[in-house]
Amino acid sequence: MPKTIVKAEVLAHKLIGPEVCELTLKASGLVQMARPGQFVHVRVADTIVPLLRRPISIADANAAAGTLTLIYRIVGHGTELLAQTLPGSRLDLMGPLGNGFVLEAERPLLVGGGIGLAPLVYLAKALCTSPITIVMGGRNKNEMYWQDIFQSICQNIHITTDDGSMGRQGFTVDVIDDILTGDSFDMVYACGPRPMLEGVARLAKERNVRCQVSLEDHMACGVGACLSCTCAATDGKRRKVCTDGPVFWAEEVFD
Amino acid sequence: MLAVDIAGIKMKTPVMTASGTFGFGPEYSDFVDLNQVGAIVVKGTTLSARSGNRGCRIAETPAGMLNCIGLENPGADQFLTMTLPKLANYDVPVIINISGNTVEEYGQLAAKLSVTGVAGFELNISCPNVKEGGIAFGTVPQSAASVVREVKKNTTLPVIAKLSPNVTDIVIMAKAVEEAGADAISLINTLLGMAIDTKSWRPVLGNTVGGLSGPAVKPVALRMVWQVAKAVRVPVIGMGGIMTALDAVEFLLAGASAVAIGTANFVNPRASVDIAEGLKDYLVSRGLKQVQDLVGQVNNKL
Ligand SMILES: Cc1cc2nc3c(=O)[nH]c(=O)nc-3n(C[C@H](O)[C@H](O)[C@H](O)COP(=O)(O)OP(=O)(O)OC[C@H]3O[C@@H](n4cnc5c(N)ncnc54)[C@H](O)[C@@H]3O)c2cc1C
Ligand SMILES: Cc1cc2nc3c(=O)[nH]c(=O)nc-3n(C[C@H](O)[C@H](O)[C@H](O)COP(=O)(O)O)c2cc1C
Ligand code: FES
Repeated sequence: MPKTIVKAEVLAHKLIGPEVCELTLKASGLVQMARPGQFVHVRVADTIVPLLRRPISIADANAAAGTLTLIYRIVGHGTELLAQTLPGSRLDLMGPLGNGFVLEAERPLLVGGGIGLAPLVYLAKALCTSPITIVMGGRNKNEMYWQDIFQSICQNIHITTDDGSMGRQGFTVDVIDDILTGDSFDMVYACGPRPMLEGVARLAKERNVRCQVSLEDHMACGVGACLSCTCAATDGKRRKVCTDGPVFWAEEVFD
Repeated sequence: MLAVDIAGIKMKTPVMTASGTFGFGPEYSDFVDLNQVGAIVVKGTTLSARSGNRGCRIAETPAGMLNCIGLENPGADQFLTMTLPKLANYDVPVIINISGNTVEEYGQLAAKLSVTGVAGFELNISCPNVKEGGIAFGTVPQSAASVVREVKKNTTLPVIAKLSPNVTDIVIMAKAVEEAGADAISLINTLLGMAIDTKSWRPVLGNTVGGLSGPAVKPVALRMVWQVAKAVRVPVIGMGGIMTALDAVEFLLAGASAVAIGTANFVNPRASVDIAEGLKDYLVSRGLKQVQDLVGQVNNKL
């Protein structure tokens, strides 16, 4: 799949939750190749500080309109600068990068924690011919702006919050067991913090349900050249999160 | 106009890619026509595969980055069977950056890898990220010289010694490798550095320390290239923080006969080709016919 660099025009940029922005770009030439689970490498400024690009998942892509949506959390200097870009300005995007989700599921269960829900939006849209169940985890109800996004694309929504201010109190992993027992699923897709991914993968394995997880690591090149993002795989070899992933079959990377 | 010959390696442009920042080349082929790159210096290769360092391997710093990859690579055999055949599709010199735990290993690597399709070797005697070998060879002149001699004994291909900036006197190192028979000298490798997370009070990098690269190191690199170029007769390949064609011009003026682009590839995958084009424009704008007209000309204003 060819990758490219585009100067994408910012069409809309808004705050959708605490410290979380939704950025819509015109990225013709890039969106047409974008698959759920892939990411773009964004140059947040033309200056040499910050120097490196920032990897951000593709939260939605509309090939016909040529538009691309990113949803990101402001966590440091790079994302702070990104948040300041105004409609009409242009952003240097490299992509689409990485391997996305395998879109073979009749009964998918999606599990996302925090900003890890971003790539699941595009995934849910791509799987829309199947009934979709999603488990969304967050710190508190203020972070559950995700419900507005997912309610029109997912049939069953389960919510957990760390403080119990919305949905069940606890982590996503705490409710997955019941959900997997109550219904039959043929695929679990997960994105979020590593402990969550490991927990979800373990439960899916116990139930014999196939599971794909999306990993994160610090990245410089994003194209498999610098080896800053590699992880150990269960076959004893190494994998590059940027090109072999970020989406992996759970058994490929977790024992 | 841009063509250069570095120790017998013929390049279409004087702009090469720096080891460890461009993979083996094909990783970037969606963005750059590899045939337009001066030369590809591939990732540091060792006799057997290495898995590299654990934990976080990069950290961004002001106008630069730290890395502690730890020479992860598939090993020389895998390189020969899997990677080299792919590079044969391109008309570009391939230089192998080699790294050994012992002097003998450098020789074995050179012997093993002296095959068709390989244009020369760059000796990584300056990697700050591995406990054995690596920088130890790069900071002691006698050790650096013995590595060069051992490699020269084992190959007829051009040998480039890559120097570490983590020394008190870079000129002593340069003279030692030149005397030992190095056909060219490249510099600089990364500068040893560190970053600490103020939340956790722990080092950011898994290896605690790592190598600094990018624009932040450019003035240091330029100074060292200038000192070395004055002191040796073999060609010098300059690198360290080059982001633009004008950065490259500075290195050429300081005495480098070619330059290599490292960290800039991460920011602009087309950097090596863009910089070569910019260099051409610069020559034209100055009424110069060839890059050689710039080499070492600092102080000799046109
Ligand atoms: C494949 C992939 C997809 C991602 N998708 C999203 C997304 O859709 N939405 C979102 O909000 N975030 C996403 N992230 C995380 C995002 O890249 C970081 O939050 C961002 O780089 C932080 O940059 P900063 O300058 O604001 O933070 P700083 O902490 O100042 O960044 C310093 C350096 O660390 C790196 N870094 C910091 N946090 C992370 C992290 N979690 N993962 C990787 N590198 C990091 C930065 O890239 C930068 O080089 C993704 C990461 C990866 C690897
Ligand atoms: C991620 C990374 C990996 C590197 N790996 C190697 C290597 O394997 N062998 C080597 O000789 N130099 C290695 N280097 C050093 C570069 O080749 C170059 O000397 C240095 O980065 C300075 O140039 P720059 O500022 O343009 O990046 C590496 C640098 C980086 C950033
Ligand atoms: S980010 Fe460079 S190899 Fe993955």
